[in-house]
Amino acid sequence: MNLTLILFIVLAAVAIASAVGLLISRNTVYAALFLVLNFATVAVFYLILGAPFIALAQVTIYAGAIMVLFLFVIMLLGADRLPRSQALPWQRPMAIVLAAVLLVEAGFLLFQRLQITAGLANPDPSVNTTQALKTLGLALFNQYLLPFEVTSVLLLVAMVGVIVLTKKEKGEPG
Amino acid sequence: MPHTIPLSWYLGISAVLFAMGALGVLIRRNPLIIFMSIELMLNAANLAFVAFARSFDVLTGQIFVFFVMTVSAAEVAVGLALIIIIFRNKHSIDVDLMNSLKG
Repeated sequence: MNLTLILFIVLAAVAIASAVGLLISRNTVYAALFLVLNFATVAVFYLILGAPFIALAQVTIYAGAIMVLFLFVIMLLGADRLPRSQALPWQRPMAIVLAAVLLVEAGFLLFQRLQITAGLANPDPSVNTTQALKTLGLALFNQYLLPFEVTSVLLLVAMVGVIVLTKKEKGEPG
Repeated sequence: MPHTIPLSWYLGISAVLFAMGALGVLIRRNPLIIFMSIELMLNAANLAFVAFARSFDVLTGQIFVFFVMTVSAAEVAVGLALIIIIFRNKHSIDVDLMNSLKG
């Protein structure tokens, strides 16, 4: 057992446990916090995989911005203690069966059909992180400049759309 | 001898997280939790992207993950705005009550 293997197993356990917590928690705020934990563990996976920029973007964009937005809306709506609705009797077993089928299909595809067994090298400590970031930035602003700019337009459209959607009409009550 | 973690392990974690996200969309009634499950699925896909990028030693996977993140940020903003409007109109956000297109 070496350190990376132990780290991987612990992280995988935390990631799956926090996903289960998201699914079963009654309180929406707890579910959001479980999701933050899940995002943080995935960020550490990214670090192990030698993607420090993506790991930091994960922490700031997902665990930071998006989850703060979620928590804000949960508290704005008071959605943390909604009355429980009448569940369809067959919904839960049916959903579990369908998800299990999806998982088995994915496993079959990965391990039987594609035979993916290639090993992943650990990040080489001699590789300069600054150099890796520079390579990523150059690729983003040269080869992928057009998608990058389209992304900025997309974010602008989303921002304007949200403002238009949530704007109250004149004379409309609260 | 440096120990390596096989690509298939990362893909396995990714598949499990994706299946859990799909399960969450199917069993929960609270649209906020359904939304979080969608984020979980996007995240699982991102993990597979980064693992493949590492395995094939290319940067394209990481750049794609960056774009997925920005698109999901836009998606969350619009989706939460829609949830707020529905709550304002119906005073509830249970997905069972969202059965009419007319506001």
